[in-house]
Amino acid sequence: MSTHKTGTLPSAKQSAFQKFKNEYFWRYLIITCGLFIILLTLGIGFFLVVKGSGTFTEFHHSVWEFLFSSDWSPMDSTTESGGGVGAAIYIFGSISTCTLALLFVAPFSITSAILMTEIAPNSGTKIFQPAIEIFVGIPSVVYGWIGLTVLVPFIKHLFHPKMGGYSVLAASIVLAVMIFPTITTVAADAIRSVSSDYRKAAYGMGSTRWQVIYKVIIPAATPGILTGVILGLARAFGEALAVAMVIGKTRAFPANILSPTNNLTAAIASDMGNSATGGEQNMALWTMALLLFIISIFFIFLIHIISGKEKKKHA
Amino acid sequence: MTDIHAKEQTNIKFTVESLNLFYGDFQALNDINLTIEKNEITALIGPSGCGKSTFLKTLNRMNDLEPNVTINGNIYLDSVDVNKDMDAIELRKRVSMVFQQPNPFPKSVYDNVAYGPRINGIRKKTQLDEIVERSLKQAAIWDEVKDRLHKSALGLSGGQQQRLCIARTLALEPEVILMDEPTSALDPISTMKIEDLASELKKNYTIVIVTHNMQQASRISDKTAFFLLGNLVEFDTTITLFSQPSDKRTEEYITGRFG
Ligand SMILES: Nc1ncnc2c1ncn2[C@@H]1O[C@H](COP(=O)(O)OP(=O)(O)OP(=O)(O)O)[C@@H](O)[C@H]1O
Ligand SMILES: [Mg+2]
Repeated sequence: MSTHKTGTLPSAKQSAFQKFKNEYFWRYLIITCGLFIILLTLGIGFFLVVKGSGTFTEFHHSVWEFLFSSDWSPMDSTTESGGGVGAAIYIFGSISTCTLALLFVAPFSITSAILMTEIAPNSGTKIFQPAIEIFVGIPSVVYGWIGLTVLVPFIKHLFHPKMGGYSVLAASIVLAVMIFPTITTVAADAIRSVSSDYRKAAYGMGSTRWQVIYKVIIPAATPGILTGVILGLARAFGEALAVAMVIGKTRAFPANILSPTNNLTAAIASDMGNSATGGEQNMALWTMALLLFIISIFFIFLIHIISGKEKKKHA
Repeated sequence: MTDIHAKEQTNIKFTVESLNLFYGDFQALNDINLTIEKNEITALIGPSGCGKSTFLKTLNRMNDLEPNVTINGNIYLDSVDVNKDMDAIELRKRVSMVFQQPNPFPKSVYDNVAYGPRINGIRKKTQLDEIVERSLKQAAIWDEVKDRLHKSALGLSGGQQQRLCIARTLALEPEVILMDEPTSALDPISTMKIEDLASELKKNYTIVIVTHNMQQASRISDKTAFFLLGNLVEFDTTITLFSQPSDKRTEEYITGRFG
């Protein structure tokens, strides 16, 4: 700051200071933030590995048992052990609800994305896009609550299942509605970013609009659309509250889609708080959290593979 | 009237009569009259923004895709009015377009060329194979791609991509090929290949080409049209237009004094 006092020949020094302020300061700030985020992620991963591996190291259960056994009877105390930690019901609950949700929502999402970008781009950007963005911001408890008060009674009324309307179906539909905006916006972005050169080429050869969409735009946007689908799936896997409200929280494999069951996130959310720290049950719940973490890492990895392939193709 | 037309039209592909085109309120083409002959190369020249691309696009109704375009006047393809009595999709299959930026689809070389036949409903593998090979040979690129037919077209060089785009157009077996500055993004050797290709193709096709390159126009075209500010200033055989232009503005433009 002395440059201000000397006054006569400040320009070189001042510009160095300015340069520092303009360039390096922001650069270092951003690098610091970036490193912090990386550290945080690594930290969470490390923490989950340490906590979650206790089931196998401390309590000597096998990975096989954890993944494929449905005997869930862990001891809830710090002194006893020897119960079962089979999480297969929860794992199956997560997989079945998410898969069904995806099956329900993917056709709608992709059709909507096409509609708002290719068929009606004007009302698409003016009405549809903002409406969908509002959906993203709605807290999951609201989805759960609507599921609980509208969907569950409706399913009960329609099919009269033995256990009421709480079911895999209800959870899948709630999840489907929740991930609809994610998949739709990412897919719409992917479609919008397809080079208009491809469109021109296709129209210039006498393609109909449907042919342009179906044979040129969708194939070119497929990696982006898949990214949206995977992001939606990741969100569905991680959702706890809304699912917990409608899935019925019953520890049994569902006999069909109208039966209640439970899933990983709902089980962790409801049991983690009351379990004795360091006990067998507590550890098993950590292992389930670790599994969710591994699944989401896997999804991110998939997205990178897809977009990496895409980059290679364009190189 | 029809009788006279029928007589004249044995060699005429396009007849354009008092064509005006507006983008909103802006008049981009002003009372254009000209004829385009079969098996000839017609070059469109003129400074940037004079309406060459706009005119080219009226020939296969690519302007239909833009909002707020108004067209009046008549364009006849083989004496059928393209705006009134023809379906735009059918028209574009007969009169296809190659663009300035090579724009192969992000698909394999094979699938690019097979695109046109496939949208026309051809499914048989042997038939597609034959069309693909023939089109790539016609576009003088077969030898360079025959070993990589099933690899992405985006891995080709710019010049190869442009010849692939021409092959893709040829696979449709159009009657007319419209080219909008097809070589302006390419190196001299690729440019030469495309020029040779155009001269070869005119035996079977009618070609209309927009170019900023005077040498190119004089090298390959039979007729040249000079546009200025939306007007067709002069239209003549290329030899006459370049050696004895009748309009002063044409002379100034081709000698490089403006534009
Ligand atoms: N979609 C459009 N909407 C409004 N004006 C347009 C549109 N397309 C072109 N124009 C205008 O019409 C005029 C003619 O454009 P055109 O693209 O036909 O010129 P050009 O001769 O092909 O120029 P260039 O040599 O730069 O390609 C220009 O003034 C241009 O700004
Ligand atoms: Mg142009």
